[in-house]
Amino acid sequence: MSSKLKVKVLSRNPDEYLRETKRDIHKIQRNYDPSLHPFETSREYVRALNVTKLERVFAKPFVGALDGHKDGLNTLCKHPTSLSHLLSGSCDGEVRVWNLAHRQCVSCVQAHDGIVQGLAFHPSGNRFITCGSDKVIKQWSLSAEGQVEKEPKTTILGKTVFQSISHHNAKNMFATCGEQVDIWDSRRTEPLRSFTWGVASQHYVKFNPIERDILASCASDRSVILYDMRGSSPLRKVILKLSSNAIAWNPMEAFVFTVANEDYNLYTFDMRNLSVPMNIHMDHVAAVMDVDYSPTGKEFVSGSYDKCLRIFPVNKGHSREIYHTKRMQKVRTVQWTLDSKFILSGSDEMNIRIWKARAQEKLGVLRPREKTALEYGEKLKEKFADHPMVKRITRHRHIPHTVYQSSKEHRIMKDSQRRKESNRQAHSKPGERPNVPERKKQVLGQIE
Amino acid sequence: MDVLGAQKPGDEGNKNKNKGKTPTKPKRYFAVSTGAPSEQSNNESLKQKHKGTKSKRHIADPGGKVKVFDLSSSKKMFQQQKREHYRMKAHHKEVEEDYRKKVDPFPGEAAIPADRLKKYQRGKLTTTKWARSKLAMGEIRKREKKMKAAVKQAARSEYLLTEEAGYLEGDDGTHTTNISQGDIVEAVDITSAQKHFELRLNEFGPYRAQYTRNGRFMLMGGAKGHIAAIDWLTKKLLCEINVMETIHDIQWLHQETMYAVAQKQWTYIYDNQGIELHCLKMVDSALRLEFLPFHFLLASSSSKGYLSWIDVSIGEKVAGHATGLGRLDVMCQNPNNATLCLGHSGGTVTMWSPNVKEPLVKMLCHRHGVRSIAVDPQGKYIATSGIDRKLKIWDIRNYKMLQSYQIGIGASSLAFSQRDMLAVSKGNIVEVYKDCCRQTVTSPYMSHRLPGSVLNVQFCPYEDVLGVGHERGFESLLIPGAGEPNFDALEANPFQSKKQRRQAEVKMLLDKIPADMIHLNDRIGEIDIKTFKQRIELTNSIKTLKPELMDYTPKYKMKGKNKGRKREQRKKGVVEEDQRKAVRREMKKKSDTARGNQHNQHRDSGNVLNRFERTQS
Repeated sequence: MSSKLKVKVLSRNPDEYLRETKRDIHKIQRNYDPSLHPFETSREYVRALNVTKLERVFAKPFVGALDGHKDGLNTLCKHPTSLSHLLSGSCDGEVRVWNLAHRQCVSCVQAHDGIVQGLAFHPSGNRFITCGSDKVIKQWSLSAEGQVEKEPKTTILGKTVFQSISHHNAKNMFATCGEQVDIWDSRRTEPLRSFTWGVASQHYVKFNPIERDILASCASDRSVILYDMRGSSPLRKVILKLSSNAIAWNPMEAFVFTVANEDYNLYTFDMRNLSVPMNIHMDHVAAVMDVDYSPTGKEFVSGSYDKCLRIFPVNKGHSREIYHTKRMQKVRTVQWTLDSKFILSGSDEMNIRIWKARAQEKLGVLRPREKTALEYGEKLKEKFADHPMVKRITRHRHIPHTVYQSSKEHRIMKDSQRRKESNRQAHSKPGERPNVPERKKQVLGQIE
Repeated sequence: MDVLGAQKPGDEGNKNKNKGKTPTKPKRYFAVSTGAPSEQSNNESLKQKHKGTKSKRHIADPGGKVKVFDLSSSKKMFQQQKREHYRMKAHHKEVEEDYRKKVDPFPGEAAIPADRLKKYQRGKLTTTKWARSKLAMGEIRKREKKMKAAVKQAARSEYLLTEEAGYLEGDDGTHTTNISQGDIVEAVDITSAQKHFELRLNEFGPYRAQYTRNGRFMLMGGAKGHIAAIDWLTKKLLCEINVMETIHDIQWLHQETMYAVAQKQWTYIYDNQGIELHCLKMVDSALRLEFLPFHFLLASSSSKGYLSWIDVSIGEKVAGHATGLGRLDVMCQNPNNATLCLGHSGGTVTMWSPNVKEPLVKMLCHRHGVRSIAVDPQGKYIATSGIDRKLKIWDIRNYKMLQSYQIGIGASSLAFSQRDMLAVSKGNIVEVYKDCCRQTVTSPYMSHRLPGSVLNVQFCPYEDVLGVGHERGFESLLIPGAGEPNFDALEANPFQSKKQRRQAEVKMLLDKIPADMIHLNDRIGEIDIKTFKQRIELTNSIKTLKPELMDYTPKYKMKGKNKGRKREQRKKGVVEEDQRKAVRREMKKKSDTARGNQHNQHRDSGNVLNRFERTQS
């Protein structure tokens, strides 16, 4: 009988499953049959939860502080070609060059009497321009090591105070603002062109990095004005409820810019249609002083008088991150470094702070296994992002008491306004009080 | 549909047809310039297709016939021949080029059979029907596309599996029931033959045997205190001890390094050297032990009707229920959802999770007491046997009986294999049934008689082996086709090295599922519509909250203030204030319960990680 038996019993040859020598990697046989992987989703969920917890545990964004200035920081400027260099200007007229890698001040120069109002690098990176409240524009040359010559290359004496300065991304031209917006050629002592619109003074100007001849300025009449350098008159302006403090152009989308406003919000505009902002970014509880885009153009950082930095995704109304320390005072200026990894902030208490752009990120080179594990974790977090536990832990931030209290207060105020408005709508004739969306409320008008 | 699409079966058919006949040339998909007239025409038609009008000029004789030339004009003929020669040469070259052009005989992706795709699908695909915006719709579509690709890829990877499942067939029509172990041992190779062995241990029986999750190690416990852990493939003994006490049950923990033993009074944990690691006094007079490997829970049922779960990774009791259902000596776990199934003397089967004090399910399965239960690895079927000598198969998804078998003296022990074979022990006979859940079988697949009455049966994972512990020792039987042929080394690896084992242990601990996720239906990956609805109801109920009116009589006040109107005003004021307060109180209570508002608790304890602790809602 046995001769005719057709039989097969599982019998595995160990040679096929074990590595031949110790130098080989282990043979890992996979079988993706779901029945061999019980509790698949539950285990993934646990992993996602662990990843989320670890992320919060490792979220240590503060890298270090650069001290040396003898007065509050007023402006920062990152080097266009070197990641390790940084310029800073303080309220006592001192300009310092920093080496970020060594966290040291490389050189220091007394540039102005009074506040250094603006700093701008030439796109080549070997010279920079400063302007101060002493009505002077100075050009300085900078060596590759970051040494500044003691005497400026050129000095231009202006008639009025210059509030801000911005350099053209390609040409030898820069723009200043004060009573009016002036376009300068760096070889001349007179402005090439001057723009005025009304009597308002301008306090911030910024060139578009992609559409290089376009620039925008903030004026004291609460408006943001767009100019084309090639034309003779300004293009258009938008008037907001309160005045804006700073502008940042999106480095990836030429027509998008974000303004930091006095009303604690940031507004992202499309240059082609200023009547409605694309997005309102709310979370700050005091005037927003400065804003800067990440080089990816997907996020921006803002610094505010509430002594916090916040990081916003461009398409989101609320921040994904808040950075603060006990010692950091009102933030005057922020910069996102060009490698997209760090954020620099200058504040009133004379320190420049270096932060990680992603708080939980590990600095340095990652091993492939580590990298794969992190990527897997990211994907899991994305998958389980809406689960209550994961969501809660991801959102969890420790924020200063004052910020917490005042944001609560603002929420109450906003709620009551909304309630009142809805009551008014309910008790008035239909159509008499139309529902105005929040985005439209903030814009008073656009003037061509 | 066949795996390789429509072409392949046709091809094979051709081959089979040609087998007996003289060999003919296989049909080619592209032209070969052999010069044979019939093929030439074939070539030309093909060429025409490829080259269009240009190639038409070359066709000298559309019919493929040999031309008859006029002999008188030899010069003319010569020239014509020469011309013909060059023409043919050019033609051959062209065809040659064509030949070199690779044409895929099976164009497109290889087809995957639908049932195989279905096997790897996890739930339904999301429809874009309810998408709120076009953006969301696009995102859903993108995600679905990725998921489909993943399913396809997983289904394709089945080609890479190396092993095939075992099988057993008798010669022409003989039933496999009568094939003895001796026959199989004779027929198979020597390594497989060695897997059939017998351990005669007359002194300390009856024995209970258990395999580890990767099927490499075996643990035996005799009722009179003898315990042995064996690497059963190499027959290497890990440890052998005698605890000098009655043993009720033995259980491997997450790996072969530790095992738990339910002894006379307490439960003990030993390591694979036989050294006592722990004495679990919280598990008192346990009769059965079950280990839930993904939750790191050691479940035990006691003779006093107490069911408890101990987290062995932290050594704490997670839950304990006094079932009040008498002696609990029949227990098994549902490997699909980690609930415990208990069998009771009244003929009921109950299912338990550590989170609910009451049984999740209570089924009346038999008219008399339940003797044994087994759940299949996919968690679809449950087999129960009772004193009424019946063996019943139930569908646990809808709690309906599928099969009811009447077997001899009744089954004392049941076990499912990875490929859904059911081992049944009755007295000193072990029978194995194949496909007995979905269809009614009339005779067992295999059967074997042992020297003593059987205490327990267990299939060895990833092997075609059934371990039988009986009164007089242990026997390992060969059951072809019982085990899963292809293991996943990241889940359970029979060829694990020491380092791999350690790594796997760490990974398992990191992925430990919390005990409060044990439910009948694990819905972690689904949308929680129920809670959402509850939340909506709650907010609605807050909006329409109306407390009862207070009964209030104002006090008598001095002259002038006790006028009727003033009195009423005072009364109204107090009543309304009270109402307002009540509403506020109620609202706060409700919103607090909704939020599970205990997030400040972590401040009391020192550990930073405590803030992530799960709060009870």
